[in-house]
Amino acid sequence: MPENETPLTELPDDRGHFGPYGGIFVAETLMAPLEELRLAYERSLDDPEFLAELDADLRHYVGRPSPIYHAERLSRELDGAQIFLKREDLNHTGAHKVNNTVGQALLAKRMGKTRIIAETGAGQHGVATATVAARLGLECVVYMGEVDVARQEANVYRMRLLGAEVRSVASGSKTLKDALNEAMRDWVANVDDTFYIIGTVAGPHPYPAMVRDFQAVIGREARAQMLEMVGRLPDALIACVGGGSNAIGLFHPFLDDREITFYGVEAAGDGLATGRHAAPLCAGTPGVLHGNRTYLMEDLDGQIIETHSISAGLDYPGVGPEHAWLKDSGRANYVAVTDQEALEAFHRLTRSEGIIPALESSHAIAQAIKMAPQMAREQILLINLSGRGDKDMHTVAARDGLTL
Amino acid sequence: MSRIATVFSALRDSGRTALIPFVTAGDPHPDATLPLMHAMVEAGADIIELGVPFSDPMADGPVIQRASERALAHHVALSDVMDMVGRFRETNQTTPVVLMGYLNPIEVMGYRRFAEQAAVAGVDGLLTVDIPPEEGDGLVAAVKACGIDPIFLLAPTSKRVRIERITRAASGFVYYVSLKGVTGAANLSLDAVRDKLAEIRTCTKLPVGVGFGIKDAATAASMAAIADAVVVGSALVSCIEDNPTDAPAAIDRIGSLLREMRRAMDGG
Repeated sequence: MPENETPLTELPDDRGHFGPYGGIFVAETLMAPLEELRLAYERSLDDPEFLAELDADLRHYVGRPSPIYHAERLSRELDGAQIFLKREDLNHTGAHKVNNTVGQALLAKRMGKTRIIAETGAGQHGVATATVAARLGLECVVYMGEVDVARQEANVYRMRLLGAEVRSVASGSKTLKDALNEAMRDWVANVDDTFYIIGTVAGPHPYPAMVRDFQAVIGREARAQMLEMVGRLPDALIACVGGGSNAIGLFHPFLDDREITFYGVEAAGDGLATGRHAAPLCAGTPGVLHGNRTYLMEDLDGQIIETHSISAGLDYPGVGPEHAWLKDSGRANYVAVTDQEALEAFHRLTRSEGIIPALESSHAIAQAIKMAPQMAREQILLINLSGRGDKDMHTVAARDGLTL
Repeated sequence: MSRIATVFSALRDSGRTALIPFVTAGDPHPDATLPLMHAMVEAGADIIELGVPFSDPMADGPVIQRASERALAHHVALSDVMDMVGRFRETNQTTPVVLMGYLNPIEVMGYRRFAEQAAVAGVDGLLTVDIPPEEGDGLVAAVKACGIDPIFLLAPTSKRVRIERITRAASGFVYYVSLKGVTGAANLSLDAVRDKLAEIRTCTKLPVGVGFGIKDAATAASMAAIADAVVVGSALVSCIEDNPTDAPAAIDRIGSLLREMRRAMDGG
């Protein structure tokens, strides 16, 4: 890195830039509430009371720290690097998403907001948001694309049980990106009493930095746990990337450990060559969407194109701006794994270790399955097992020709 | 003097308020836009705001979202919109045209290339919804270098220091979003708008237009009494939505709605 460039750990700058990416690209009405949010967030970072409350919630409500597990049988089968899993699937609500919603909900309470809104794709972030809203007694509205409402019925029901109103979004491609548009529109109309909990490290500043900071607990714990368990740090980190919150949460505390390589795994869907995928870092181009500049799936006219992945949580045409910068700066590698490879990894981890991974996380497992045999037995791969697969039973069964 | 400045100067002399209709280019069909533009001028439009279709119109309500979807079904791209302006200019050299849209199509085309082509086509102003002045230096410089006015939004949530900053970057006119919400929303408060316009006018000499929530002759007339320009969008686009396969009928209805507004704004 050239000497005049800001160290990666000190990004973003005060206007939310990671190199040329990030920033604030929203209509004027949202500038004031984003500034209010930024100030509240920055104050909370130095507030021992806030940090203690967050820590207590993560411990007693979420169930942190999540363990690290040495997947010995899988490692033996692959006959290469040792595979370790950071078990975010064991968190309350079944994924890493809750780390962030607990943090943002505390912030909402401090800011005196009485209404929570969120967007969701697979429904995991929606469930994690509805969960914290229920606990704090806040009104909660979750926007979800019509297509996702149909394919994630169980999560829609969970959100309703938790007291949230799920609003089905019928505009555009009727998926996660349109749910995000609709949540932004709601926020514009209700800025005074409403807090928008974005579920990933995208959106306008301060969201990418704030969500990262709430998710960085994953990497901080993992770093200490590896040193305690095996007395050294892993050789490589692997995490799936949709918007990229679980990956940035794992990577960020290791940014200065230059000898550790990072692999972000995008969804190659039917294969990058088919165009039916959700891999903006591997096969997209830079542009501006949802409040930030980043890599996008877009056509030559600058229109956002529809994505495809078997995993609803990775089915998004953009990616967090910090990942865009980690890619350009060469600090992280981004690769893509097809639906088929992810499914094989799903079955393999289930059978070798008795752990059913989410289809999102199965993409990271698939990458480890490719890499481990090429590595020495003393080497270590640490994978973020970002969520559990219970929500994916219907999808996997359908692939096997079964209806549940 | 630019076409926009000329229009506002003439209106000021005659004590009238500008009527600015918004339609999405290519809605419901690319062939309908040019006759629609001419019909709107004939019905009393002073400036035309032409929406550039975008797949993810985050600041727009359902009516204008669907207009974008109809135009995109015909693959109407930014370059096509500029072609439409070029054809409009073949017979109309006086009515200013402002492009309104989102940043990404311009970002992909490149700021300089866009500004040059827009200027050649005869575009007078650019309103990019999702670029605040903090991120807008490059785009503002590029369009100003080609004689195109960068037009910015001001909102009920804009505090004085931002109003000052935005009006410094803007030229042509500024556009006050009269309510917290998306286009086509309906809860407009005249008193609140009047107070905010007074505050804006202490920061700038630029004409101030008001939009979002103006749906008929009565709301247009009440806004005309306090603003320099009245922007009407969703109410017109609804006429297209009601006549999706009959563009001439939609154009007729838009024409009569604009004539009613014009009459009410000019005092009956």
